[in-house]
Amino acid sequence: MIDAQSSSGIVVADGLIKQFGRFAALRGVTAQFAAGKLYVIVGDNGAGKTTFLRTVAGLAPQTHGKISVLGSSKIKNVRAQIGYMAHPSLLYDEMTGIENLSYFAGLYGLPLSRCREVMAAVKLDPDLERPIGQYSQGMRQRMSLARAILNDPKLLLLDEPFSNVDLRSAHEMVGLLAQMRDRGKTLFVVTHQPGLLESIADEFVWMEAGKITRRTPHLQVPQ
Amino acid sequence: MSFFAITRATLAKDIRLEWRSKDAINAMLFFGLLVVVIFSFAFDPTAEESRRIAGGLIWVAFLFAAVVALNQTWARELRNQVLDAYRVSPAAANPLFLAKALGNFIFVCVLEALMTPLFIAFYKLRALGPAWELAPIALLGTWALVINGTFFAAISLRTRSREIMLPLLLFPISIPALLGMVNATTAVLSGEESAWFWIALLLAYDVVFTTVSLLLFELVLEAE
Repeated sequence: MIDAQSSSGIVVADGLIKQFGRFAALRGVTAQFAAGKLYVIVGDNGAGKTTFLRTVAGLAPQTHGKISVLGSSKIKNVRAQIGYMAHPSLLYDEMTGIENLSYFAGLYGLPLSRCREVMAAVKLDPDLERPIGQYSQGMRQRMSLARAILNDPKLLLLDEPFSNVDLRSAHEMVGLLAQMRDRGKTLFVVTHQPGLLESIADEFVWMEAGKITRRTPHLQVPQ
Repeated sequence: MSFFAITRATLAKDIRLEWRSKDAINAMLFFGLLVVVIFSFAFDPTAEESRRIAGGLIWVAFLFAAVVALNQTWARELRNQVLDAYRVSPAAANPLFLAKALGNFIFVCVLEALMTPLFIAFYKLRALGPAWELAPIALLGTWALVINGTFFAAISLRTRSREIMLPLLLFPISIPALLGMVNATTAVLSGEESAWFWIALLLAYDVVFTTVSLLLFELVLEAE
C-alpha cells in the first residue's frame, strides 16, 4: 500500500479503479512514475488511457483505490502545477487565440506577456485576429497545447496531441515536449502515434482493458 | 487571482461570447415576443382586467424566455469541453457560478427592458400604485429566476435531455418566487394593497437560494 502523501513518485497509483455506472474503465491500476520523465501511454481504443489521464488530472475521481499526484492525494491542491490537454480543444471557438489564453491566464494569475510567450513557443501568431473556430485542426491542436503549458506545469498530461497535425508540426511539438522534459517537467502523452516520440520517450506504458500490462524503455509491440 | 477578479474575467468573457454569437439573446427575444403577441390574441382584456392579470402574464413570459438563456449558459462550456479547462485550473468554483448568474441576470434584464414597453402597449397598462416599486420587484424577481436557473442548469448539464430537465427542476422550486413577483406586480399595478410583503419575500428567497447555491456549486462542478 502507498502512503497517500508519498513523494517517492510524481504520480503514484494504488489499485486505481474507475467505474462509469457498471462499466469499469480502470480495473486496478497500480504504478509509480518518477519525476522528470516523458511517459508515452499506448493501447487500443477503450484501454483506459484517457480515463487514467483524467484521473491523474483530477477530472475523473477514482471509484476505489488511491492516487497521489505531486505528493498530494488531494489533486485539487496541486492543480496550479498540472497542465492538461484533452482530445477536444478546451477552447472557446468564438474567441481569438490570445483572448482564450488571456482568460485562462487570469485563472492562474499570469500576465498577458506569458500568453504571447506560449503562443510563440507553439509557432502561432499572437496577433492573429481569427477566432479559434476558424483555425485549421492543426492550429487548434497547437493552440490547445499552448493553453496546457500556459502555467509552466510540473506535470503535463497530453491526450492525443498529434491527432490531425501535419508531420512537420508534429515534429515541432515533439521538440517542444523534449525541451520541457529536459527542463525537469514530467510528461504523460497518450497517443496512437508513439513512433513520433520514440527518440525522446523515457518509457512506454502499455494499457489494456483498464490495466497497465507492461512498461518498456523502447517502443515495441507487446507479445 | 482573487474571487472577484475571476468573477469579473469570466463575466466579461461570457458577455463577449454572447455579443459574438447572440445565441441566448436572440432566442430569448424571439420567444418573448411570441409570448406577448400570442397572449394579446388569446386575451382581449379591459384596462381593469389587464391590471389584474398582467403581473402573471409578464412574469410567466419572462420565466419561459429566461429558460432559453439559462440552457445556453452552460451549453457553451460543454462545447469543446471547455469546462474541463476551468476544472483543472486552481480557480475556485464559486466565481464561475457567480459570473454565470450575473451574466444571465444582465441578459434577462436586457430582455425585460425591451419587452416591458411592448407589454405596456399591448395591455394598455398604467400603474395605480407607486410605479417605482416595480424596480425592486423586477431586480429581485429576475435574480430569483437566474440564481436558481443557473444552479439547476449546472445540475442538468450532464443529463441527456437537459433542455427538458431544467424546467422540470426549476419551475417547481421557483413557485414561491413567482408568487412574490406576480402578487407584488399586481399590487403595484392595481394600487389596492402594499407590495412590500411580497418584496420582502422575494428578498428572503434571493438570500436563501443565493447562499445555498454558492455552498453547493462546488459539488455540482466536481461531479463526474
